[in-house]
Amino acid sequence: MTDDANLRTGGVAGEGPNAPPDKEVHEELKDPSSSSSAPGAPPGERSLVDKSAAEGSIADKSLNDKSVVVSDDPGPLPPHQDLDVIDVRHGMFGVTGTGDTSGYDGLVRPVAIPGATERPYGGWFDAVADRLESALTTRAGDTLPKVVIHRGEITFHVAREQLVDVMQTLRDDAGLRFEFCSGVSGVHYPHDSGAELHAVYHLLSMTHNRRVRVEVTCPDADPHIPSVVSVYPTNDWHERETFDFFGIIFDGHPALTRIEMPDDWPGHPQRKDYPLGGIPVEYKGATIPPPDQRRSYN
Amino acid sequence: MTDTVRDPYAASEQDTTSGKVFTVTGQDWDSVVAGLDNESDERVVVNMGPQHPSTHGVLRLILELDGETVTECRLGIGYLHTGIEKNMEYRSWTQGVTFCTRMDYLSPFYNEAAYCLAVEKLLDIEGDIPEKATVMRVLLMEINRISSHLVAIATGGMEIGALTVMTIGFRERELCLDLFELITGLRMNSAFIRPGGVAQDLPAGALDKVDEFLALMEKRLPEYAALCNANPIFRGRLVDVGYLDLAGCLALGITGPVLRSTGYDWDLRKKQPYCGYETYDFDVITRDTADSYGRFRIRVDEMWESLKIIRQAADRLRGMEGAPVMIADKKIAWPSQLSIGSDGLGNSTDHIRHIMGESMEALIHHFKLVTEGFRVPTGQVYVPVESPRGELGCHLVSDGGTKPYRAHFRDPSFAHLQAAPAMSEGGQIADIIVAVASLDPVMGGVDR
Repeated sequence: MTDDANLRTGGVAGEGPNAPPDKEVHEELKDPSSSSSAPGAPPGERSLVDKSAAEGSIADKSLNDKSVVVSDDPGPLPPHQDLDVIDVRHGMFGVTGTGDTSGYDGLVRPVAIPGATERPYGGWFDAVADRLESALTTRAGDTLPKVVIHRGEITFHVAREQLVDVMQTLRDDAGLRFEFCSGVSGVHYPHDSGAELHAVYHLLSMTHNRRVRVEVTCPDADPHIPSVVSVYPTNDWHERETFDFFGIIFDGHPALTRIEMPDDWPGHPQRKDYPLGGIPVEYKGATIPPPDQRRSYN
Repeated sequence: MTDTVRDPYAASEQDTTSGKVFTVTGQDWDSVVAGLDNESDERVVVNMGPQHPSTHGVLRLILELDGETVTECRLGIGYLHTGIEKNMEYRSWTQGVTFCTRMDYLSPFYNEAAYCLAVEKLLDIEGDIPEKATVMRVLLMEINRISSHLVAIATGGMEIGALTVMTIGFRERELCLDLFELITGLRMNSAFIRPGGVAQDLPAGALDKVDEFLALMEKRLPEYAALCNANPIFRGRLVDVGYLDLAGCLALGITGPVLRSTGYDWDLRKKQPYCGYETYDFDVITRDTADSYGRFRIRVDEMWESLKIIRQAADRLRGMEGAPVMIADKKIAWPSQLSIGSDGLGNSTDHIRHIMGESMEALIHHFKLVTEGFRVPTGQVYVPVESPRGELGCHLVSDGGTKPYRAHFRDPSFAHLQAAPAMSEGGQIADIIVAVASLDPVMGGVDR
């Protein structure tokens, strides 16, 4: 089994963008603690539970122990763009300890999202970034946002302390004029330690016919992000929705209450650690488990 | 017995710590007024909905009244929340269409299109979508715009007592649904637009039916103008009601006909074209009254523009017989095709024969794509489309897996409902009905 697994994992190692030597693959495979699911987790649950096991982020740990196998293609990226690893998935189907001899158990797949892009960004992206940066340095004077360009869209990753300043600038500066906000969307990355919760704002400048994305993060332990309702009143309900579903507390919101779920609902349903729910269904004698407990592909 | 069993829905009054609470069931307004008499200088809070014929679905309006004047209006939503976004995280990219089409049930093709365009952008295959699939998407979306506007006008009319407007509105909508049924097999929630193209080719005779539809609509659309445009009662209820100017629209995130009623010609089909809209000849309708009447007129005129686009799309489709409607990449294209068999719609027998009897590889391919699906590179995109209500945006995040990591829809109805207080506070209680109807919220989209 080990040979087979080694062959398989070793075989694909060379294809990844950052494939290190696979000398410790054997240890990786033998070590039960490296399996994806936490003990007692239901089969099929994705590998999003095991946070306390690692001191740092799981992504860091796995990258450091040089047993990483990249099994899929992160998609075409410009050469000057790096990748940010936010998670590492083990195995193929989220099932472990079943005596599976296929070797898929040993697959390791880091989840790498497009990282910071270097200049020049191309098109009007440079002009907008310049304008924003110059406005920010005169106003706040500290760190500039990280810029990610992917699929023809520009994202400004902003520190949460700076968010309201950035939004105000984006809305009011004559060269930016993003007068329309499409609201905020939450994303939960449980393994992106220190930045588990992301709030993503999509802005539209009708004056210049441009769109930008502003992304801000906060840790699970301190889920606070300043509210931008004072800049974009439309975000009133959008922030309530994101609070309802992700538990991000938008400081300064006029009335941050649940909006979709009942007022006394426990938990925040669209977080990754919140189960989908559902009951097994019997069909023609076979029992089909609920969707979040079915075998799935990591 | 009758003393001990209380009907919780019967008209009643009771004293609570926050004042007297009346349960009203209709035809009992006199008793409420009599009960209020001695405290008439105090505020009255009225719960309208969540199940009320003129709240456009399960919307709850909490109104604070001073006589018949609304002093404060709040909205309670969430009664139709079905967790569509969460559910999509547990299904393959293709299955996601089946979920998101059910959000805004009056404009399902826009939900599907926004989602599929987002998946295609993440896959970076936007240039590989067959021309015929794109034209079919436009055709379906524009028929859908007509059916959606018809319901907006019909229910808006019904809510102010114009029942004829409702009956003729639903009569014409039926024609649209018949076309959907013919082309996609289903009248609503078709899950027909798929990542990579559309599910099926046009059935035989579909374009003739589209022509009949166009001819009939051109005869019947003038009826709406004749019934309403100059109707003094209709004008009396709608003109200057639900006023919201351009600054208010932008601050509150309002798009679509409500934004265009302020005179601003913002339409994503023209400003940020997708699906080849830049190649169609049509006009963006605006009015400058910024009121409910202007929005009604815009919707009627937009249906005429949609008819123009449908005619152009149908003409193009006539020259594309036999062209592919699904991407050529077999790693993304849905492997099976549907056909009508002796026992109804199902997998085409030719396809079953091929995978079961002829090609082992085709069987493996079918199995892998149907059970596992395809993988989408990591990243995030935001794709907006111009739905009948305004900007419908899909924020899609992929972790490189076979399922969406996060699918979020910025539904225009959700953003627009926030404008109801701005449009109605200080006005008459009866005008709230008109103001909300002019926003055309669909609760399925609001709550998702």
